[in-house]
Amino acid sequence: MDRVQVDRVSKRYVLGEQRNLRETIGTAIRRQRDERQDFWSLRDVSFTVGDGEAVGIVGRNGAGKSTLLKILMRITTPTSGETRTRGRVAALLEVGTGFHPELTGRENVYLNAAVLGMSRADTARRFDEIVDFAGIERFLETPVKRYSSGMYLRLAFAVAAHLEPDVLVVDEVLAVGDAEFQRKCMSRMATAEAEGRTVLFVSHDLVALSRLCSRAIWLEAGRVHEEGQTTSVVRNYLTSGFATEQGTVLGSGAAAGRLMDVRVVAADGSDRPLVRDEPFRVLVRFEVKEERMGLDLGIVITNRDGVRVIDEALSDRHQHRFPVGRHEVTADVPAVLAPGEYTVGVWLGTAHEDVHFEPTAGSFTLHGYDPAQRNRAVVLDLDFQVNPWA
Amino acid sequence: MTLAERLHCVTCASVSSDRGPGWTVNSPTGRLTDWGELWRAREVMGFFALRDLRVRYKQAVLGAAWVVVQPLVTVAVFTLVFDRLADVDTRGVPYVPFALAGLLGWTYVSQCVSRGSEALVANSSLVTKVYIPRLTAPVASLLPPFVDLLVGLGLLAIVCAIFGAVPSVALLLLPVWVLLLALTALGPTCFLAAVNVRFRDARQLVPTALQALLFASPVAYSAASVHGVARYAYALNPMVGVLEFGRFVLIGGPWPGTVLAVSTAVAVLMLAAGVRYFLRASRAFADVI
Repeated sequence: MDRVQVDRVSKRYVLGEQRNLRETIGTAIRRQRDERQDFWSLRDVSFTVGDGEAVGIVGRNGAGKSTLLKILMRITTPTSGETRTRGRVAALLEVGTGFHPELTGRENVYLNAAVLGMSRADTARRFDEIVDFAGIERFLETPVKRYSSGMYLRLAFAVAAHLEPDVLVVDEVLAVGDAEFQRKCMSRMATAEAEGRTVLFVSHDLVALSRLCSRAIWLEAGRVHEEGQTTSVVRNYLTSGFATEQGTVLGSGAAAGRLMDVRVVAADGSDRPLVRDEPFRVLVRFEVKEERMGLDLGIVITNRDGVRVIDEALSDRHQHRFPVGRHEVTADVPAVLAPGEYTVGVWLGTAHEDVHFEPTAGSFTLHGYDPAQRNRAVVLDLDFQVNPWA
Repeated sequence: MTLAERLHCVTCASVSSDRGPGWTVNSPTGRLTDWGELWRAREVMGFFALRDLRVRYKQAVLGAAWVVVQPLVTVAVFTLVFDRLADVDTRGVPYVPFALAGLLGWTYVSQCVSRGSEALVANSSLVTKVYIPRLTAPVASLLPPFVDLLVGLGLLAIVCAIFGAVPSVALLLLPVWVLLLALTALGPTCFLAAVNVRFRDARQLVPTALQALLFASPVAYSAASVHGVARYAYALNPMVGVLEFGRFVLIGGPWPGTVLAVSTAVAVLMLAAGVRYFLRASRAFADVI
């Protein structure tokens, strides 16, 4: 049986400045609207989600994903069409809504739980679990304004994680916190799915999405572009070119030279999305203004957990002289990294001087599905040999 | 709305007619509020009220003592101006309990309106990030001033004892008076809270309007000083009836009769209009706040 039905939902926003009283009255008198100001965030979207199903929603920024969730949660109403939900709908990552800094941890747990739709009796029943999960027993009677941001976040998340909604909605765009926190969210979501709850998951993390959701919906410019099995939707989404990465702006270097461009591209140099089972190329362009003896270039690749999975320098294998002028260095990374998000750092300098160091010169995602679902940094597809042993 | 969209809505409505029980619907034409849902949200309202009370006097040296200090100062000023200088007719009741009785009702309603009209804007994350029945915000703002009112009633009892004012058997109507105060406050509170979401002009309007209304209401003086047909026009201000009724209940003042009937009718109309406006506007709260 269906848990969620989305029936020809459209949502129109009016762009531009918020209208003031005078303009509103003016429009009312003229009885016409300026349609150029209209923006359709969702256009005629329909789908259903069955009981206990986990559905992922993919799409570029501005494709209408968050608007859709807001309508499902009844935060806003559609312009036309309707959504129907059965049971309680709750968002996991809207943590801490309604928290008040002056109130104690205990008071905020009850307040926040009530705001998220939990009754006082339910909260009281699960109170010890929540406090335990957050690990803040000693600070229960302390106003949360005295909490560290980590404690605050843990408490807020603990409340959200102990809701027992019939439909759990997760919008990764709203997710805050470090890798540890994000992992907690993911595991909570996996638990919810295992418990047979209906899960709606919006994410740019296609790996996590593929892992959790059997079915996916791809929104493009407010319309359903494709709907079906996650593996095929994600594959099509990736090859459509909508999922490519953006570089970051580099700062200025020292007098001796500066980095000009850092890019992570596919091994053939093209801009297509990176997948975990193909090598990729790091491309660095820099300018030397004054020649330095022993000028060297280093590349650091860090995964989402902050682990430096790659840290290598040009001088490890070669000695090279860089005269004044512009240079390009590329390094091909073999297909060993696990799927996920990475940042690239680049260092230009000598043993005595940092000419230009950008710890996060860019970021990229290795798309793909890790069937083993392990939290690992590298995938080597080890060639296990099985031999008789007596 | 284009013709196609109109037709679209009509078909939607026909499709949705066969939805069974247990479905929660979000549509542009659906029911505006589910009273059962509002009732189930009573705990949330309780927590909001508790939060406002806890927060209000935190880090204030005098703490809750301010609840007593504020009316005392106002009554002292009223006594000086209206009793000594203007010599207001109180029908034989000593002026201090007379003014305090009026002030308690006035303070309750004006606090509800001034705090309640900010209720949505001040808690915008509760509007844009989660769904709770929107009416909880203005309704919850009726509760914290109630605590002030209770303290004020205690103060009034002391003042009555000092000045020798004796309440009548009408004191039994006290709950009715409190209910009437809340009813009078809720309509304008809902209306202003909703207007404030779109036009922050309401924020400027409220203190000014309340100040003007203070002198247009029988707080420091008696409604009995307005005579003839003008009395009915005067009673169109819903505060007139409820404040005079308050004096009848608390300090044995005269029965307000027709004035009370007119004011109550106006208050009920304002409540219906205020709630209706609030609910209609509530569809767009998250988009414009």
